[in-house]
Amino acid sequence: MHVNPIVVEDLSKQYIVSAVKRRHDTLQDHVADSLRSLVSRDRRARQRTQAFWALKRVSFEVGHGEVVGLIGSNGAGKSTLLKILSRITEPTEGCAAIEGRVASLLEVGTGFQAELSGRENVYLSGAILGMRRSEISRKFDEIVDFSGVEPFIDTPVKRYSSGMYVRLAFAVAAHLEPEIMFVDEVLAVGDAAFQQKCLGKMKDSVGQGRTVVFVSHNMAAVLNLCPRSIWLRGGEIVADGPTEDVVSRYLQSLEAHKDTCVADRTDRKGNQALKFVDIELRNSDGMPVQRIQCGHGMTIALRFECARGGLNNVYVGFGVHGKFDENLFDLNTDLGGVRFNALPRQGMFLCTVPRVPLMPGRYSFNVYCEAGAELADWVLNAGCIEVEPGDFFGSGKLPHTDQGPFLVSHSWSMAAAPTASA
Amino acid sequence: MHVESATSPRLLQALAAETRSGGRTTVLIKPSRNSLSLDVLSLHRYWELLYFLVWRDIKVRYKQMAIGAGWAIVQPLVTMLLFTAVFSGIANISTGSIPYPLFAYAALLPWTYFSQALTRSGTSLVNNSNLITKVYFPRLLIPLSAVFSSLVDFAAAFALLTGMMAWYRIIPGWHILWLPVFLFICMLTALAVTLWFSALCVKYRDVGVIVPFLLQVWMFASPIAYPVRLVPAKWRLLYSLNPMAGVIEGFRSALLGSAMPDAATMTASILGVIVVLYGGLHYFKHMERTFADLV
Repeated sequence: MHVNPIVVEDLSKQYIVSAVKRRHDTLQDHVADSLRSLVSRDRRARQRTQAFWALKRVSFEVGHGEVVGLIGSNGAGKSTLLKILSRITEPTEGCAAIEGRVASLLEVGTGFQAELSGRENVYLSGAILGMRRSEISRKFDEIVDFSGVEPFIDTPVKRYSSGMYVRLAFAVAAHLEPEIMFVDEVLAVGDAAFQQKCLGKMKDSVGQGRTVVFVSHNMAAVLNLCPRSIWLRGGEIVADGPTEDVVSRYLQSLEAHKDTCVADRTDRKGNQALKFVDIELRNSDGMPVQRIQCGHGMTIALRFECARGGLNNVYVGFGVHGKFDENLFDLNTDLGGVRFNALPRQGMFLCTVPRVPLMPGRYSFNVYCEAGAELADWVLNAGCIEVEPGDFFGSGKLPHTDQGPFLVSHSWSMAAAPTASA
Repeated sequence: MHVESATSPRLLQALAAETRSGGRTTVLIKPSRNSLSLDVLSLHRYWELLYFLVWRDIKVRYKQMAIGAGWAIVQPLVTMLLFTAVFSGIANISTGSIPYPLFAYAALLPWTYFSQALTRSGTSLVNNSNLITKVYFPRLLIPLSAVFSSLVDFAAAFALLTGMMAWYRIIPGWHILWLPVFLFICMLTALAVTLWFSALCVKYRDVGVIVPFLLQVWMFASPIAYPVRLVPAKWRLLYSLNPMAGVIEGFRSALLGSAMPDAATMTASILGVIVVLYGGLHYFKHMERTFADLV
């Protein structure tokens, strides 16, 4: 009798979160509250906790050699599910059976030690990810070759550039030979060329009859790699089936999502020291608009509220995504050469794009904010930009719709090639 | 929604397949409440990883240190000199035929090992949070690696002891054969206490502050600076419940030929270790499932 390598039944996970929202209207309240919590810390803490189900009765099976994509917005329970299947954390209820050698890649560079050299880290990380010592020795040259950091293999990795670090770390992971692989967003790092290389390597491993569960926000990668997908929302399975169907249903739901105001979104990540409450598009005259013409100026106004005033070292990012939720480009304060300091309790970040370089169509965007190196707020598909045809080039023309999403200003000229006789 | 009692047919199939397929590894993931199985045996599959973790601890510790393992000697050596000055020079504690410096150093050897293993592993789970939240392996390996990696320092300090013994012209008798036994008890003690503290530290970070203080108290509650016979007889048995008391007396007798600790002392010490170790293993296992959520 044949049994599937991954069998999941009624899996649920509950987290107890302590409610951090406390209102102190007066100093007296604040002091009294602090004193009270000093005296009876435990009891009060318990009163303020809330149960939260990250996963609710999730059941599915994955057959031998199947590659399954796990999609859904932030907080849908994808990572929690992967952590339970990897045995990192326990389910609260339900069970799962996994048959075969498992490798989980939940981050790039698990077990890397900054002080140690590249060579030492290959062995260490390999062992932590489940390789035998003999296996690592056998594959060592191949790993180093794949990573392309050979000249620096005996340098401590703390002196590596972040690109080199990622390449070496991924090279180790790519050479694991498990029967079952759990992969979480590791492809979201590294430069584009290396990402392609990794996707290629993943495809190879799929070819070898490996069972893979792959979590990603990158729909293009999911479509490319996984014939079947599972869509999670609020800890429950919404759809499970052929990737094309599931992804298109998911993308449709995001469209509907865009009508929800950012302030009301609950599927956000971060410590909420700062929270985006409204996003507005404005034209070059500063008027709020629904649509923008390509080639025209656009200002993105991100209204925020802070838990307390005076936040410093604030980084803001605005990522624009295409039809398949693939990254098109990123606008962020570091690229713009600024960080914001001494933030008011309520305010607005403004980002101006002088000439919108996008083909007509609908684009979604993510908003992201870090305060003092900690993730403060991150909302995927926070809204969308409708781009209408406009005279970007001043020639009254636009490319055909299948020529890619970008418009790039340019000019043409011609010159006679110098001839030998001249 | 209690699932434990009603394990479903599909899962039973999967488990049945496991028994049939013999060598295949099937892992059943379910809530482990009420589970009393310690599952220490499954550790054998992870010896290689333990080796790498120990190797990492040692490598990282001595990277960018000018005198490296020299520090392992400096600490017991300086303490020994201090004790000699205070307890032998000023307080004039008699240690019989054994020179006081040797008397103190033979005790500081297991003590320094114990205190370092404990200091390192108290926060070890917290320090390894990046591993604990990202990959599965038996969490027991983390305190274990601290206990093993501290042996390097022990070896370095031991080398100095052999030099001192040669200087004082003391040749160990057949008692030296007992040394590995006492070292083993010492490691078990370190592991036992470590299990408690590392697991507690995940939930209560205060533990990191308590450890150095506790070690200071514990040091004076162990026969390091003074011989056990100075402890009043009526307190002796209670005193011996401290596993380090038996270990330290044992080290002295194995190395310097002083009287072996009596059977009552040893029984009490070993009993003490077993109780703390057994409790520690259970507590650690009980807490293990929440490490990734708390750390």
